[in-house]
Amino acid sequence: MEQPANPADPVRLLEPDGTLRDDPSGLDVTPELVRDLYRWMRLTRRLDTEAFSLQRHGELGLWAPSLGQEAAQVGSITALRPTDHVFPSYREHAAALVRGVTPAQMLEQWRGVSGCGWDPAALHLHAYTVVLAAHLPHATGYAMGVQRDGTDEVVTAYFGDGASSQGDANEAFNWAAACNAPVLFFAQNNQYAISTPTRLQMRTPMHRRARGFGLESYLVDGNDVLAVHAVTREAVAHIRSGAGPVLIEALTYRAGPHTSSDDPTRYRDQAEADAWLARDPVARVEKLLDARNWWEPGWREALDQECDRLGAELRSAVQAFGPVELGDLFDTVLSTRTDLLNAQKADYGDFVAGFEEVAS
Amino acid sequence: MTRLSLSAALNSGLRHVLEEDPKAVILGEDVGPLGGVFRVTDGLSKDFGSDRVIDTPLAESSIVGTAIGLAMRGYHPICEIQFDGFVYPAFNQIVSQLAKMRARTAGKVPLPVVVRIPCGGGIGAVEHHSESNEAYFAHTAGLRVVICSDPQSGHYMLRQAMMSGDPVIFYEPKRRYWEKGEVSSDLRLAPAFDRAVVARPGTDATVVCYGGMVSTCLEAAATAHEEGHELEVIDLRSLSPLDLDTVTASVRKTGRCLVVHEAPGFAGLGAEVVSGVTERCFYHLEAPVLRVTGFDMPYPSAKYENQYLPDADRVLAAVDKLLEF
Repeated sequence: MEQPANPADPVRLLEPDGTLRDDPSGLDVTPELVRDLYRWMRLTRRLDTEAFSLQRHGELGLWAPSLGQEAAQVGSITALRPTDHVFPSYREHAAALVRGVTPAQMLEQWRGVSGCGWDPAALHLHAYTVVLAAHLPHATGYAMGVQRDGTDEVVTAYFGDGASSQGDANEAFNWAAACNAPVLFFAQNNQYAISTPTRLQMRTPMHRRARGFGLESYLVDGNDVLAVHAVTREAVAHIRSGAGPVLIEALTYRAGPHTSSDDPTRYRDQAEADAWLARDPVARVEKLLDARNWWEPGWREALDQECDRLGAELRSAVQAFGPVELGDLFDTVLSTRTDLLNAQKADYGDFVAGFEEVAS
Repeated sequence: MTRLSLSAALNSGLRHVLEEDPKAVILGEDVGPLGGVFRVTDGLSKDFGSDRVIDTPLAESSIVGTAIGLAMRGYHPICEIQFDGFVYPAFNQIVSQLAKMRARTAGKVPLPVVVRIPCGGGIGAVEHHSESNEAYFAHTAGLRVVICSDPQSGHYMLRQAMMSGDPVIFYEPKRRYWEKGEVSSDLRLAPAFDRAVVARPGTDATVVCYGGMVSTCLEAAATAHEEGHELEVIDLRSLSPLDLDTVTASVRKTGRCLVVHEAPGFAGLGAEVVSGVTERCFYHLEAPVLRVTGFDMPYPSAKYENQYLPDADRVLAAVDKLLEF
């Protein structure tokens, strides 16, 4: 895809007012594609707002909202094959939803009943990674395995502008380039690393830094789901052909707080948030659907109902989590229980049983 | 049986692994044509190719990080960290990722990764080349931490580590790399790699040690024998999990226990052994459990290390103290 004349301008197909640019660069923008992307964004937004509410009700220990970043995630994950392995950080709820993580599985880690919730191998979606950029070398290593297996899979890792400052990110970029690993580094530049704005985080934009490592790179309007989809499609084809790793920097905005514990009013003003709100990724697609009259009769109402069902499913999932048993955790530390773990499990079991005897 | 140096015995072990396990890959700095700075991977790149013996960028965090990714993909990586003091950049990957992935995914993502680290002093090296950092990793649940002491244990334990299915921090005492011993490659004869062994039987006191200190303690036991005292020397081999059964069986017999390691003593492995022995052998002990360790200072410059490192004389002085009770 042609980069705009000014390299600082991101690739954009859909204007904030819903106007579709003439040159979709090979992307066949059909009503079905637009509705499909819109559906995933709407479902993610519902998941996100519902989970945030659940956190406020004390049902989740923490939640990291994806509000405002739906286009960056949906546009990219839908450009991958379901068998392309994905390494998310911790805000990729859209990517997880598209990959088939159920609402209940999605909440497990935030509820505190497990460390992951889904089977990474079955969904080709790794566990969320909280330590910033630690998963980027994992993606590179996984891609080295793909190389050795001789398949054409593409490994994708999501990360943010803050994570790009970590040594692991820069090691992974360099390493992937040096061994031509089939990996896509997808950066969601959401403008803030908790409270630190991107201008204090880096001097050189990520997509330009990538070129220095020897990665192909793109800058894309991350609130334009069609542009993200088109750019990712092209990047993935590039990687799949064996031409080497790519970095995509998607310019977007974390519309909500960093997590449910954060207070963004302390470090950014409303005028800035409002300016980004005018570029809301979901509203933008609605304008296109309106302008082209690409809604099918009853489709929007059906989607509203699907969102409501998802919300209800999340609420009932939270209620359904039962008590957890510490005893199970002794069994998965290593491949076999050690003398120490055996003794601790037995002692803990006796301790608990002692209370039960007293109670009876 | 073949007479090999520790370095050659490890090389032989790696060769077995690469032959028997098509998913095994070695990765590290200079492990290819150079054969590693200690030549432990000598000739493997030539025989198995650069796809299986991978010369990597100089980036320790990513050596472990990419190994984690390779393991997720079904490969069995063996990382080489060039020197003990260089493992710190990889510390995050080891303790926050490698160690915890199996547990946090309820067993769905095992990470069979072996991280080989030459360890300890005694070779007159410059700074960051002589450290004993085993306690950091032994403190982290989800890792196996083992250390060989001679060519035979090196050969067996490396192959067993690769077969364990768990992340293993595999220490090699670099000052023993060139010491030779008889090596059998028949794994059926090998004791389990998470078990301690009695390196020398005795009746008067138990000396618990590991890695580079085993030879030192055996030397001390030989001298003690001449002086009429029979020391039982236990080579721990596995630092996590710790085989306290073997240790306590010995201490119940001898009634006295000394722990020897070259890492600084404070919050070191020795403290863990002392605690376990005290708890399990309280009524059998004739004396308090003592330790001989490196001092609690950054590893000193090379000309000081003969004074810093426990030697047979320091071990014997502590044994005398034990026997006086």
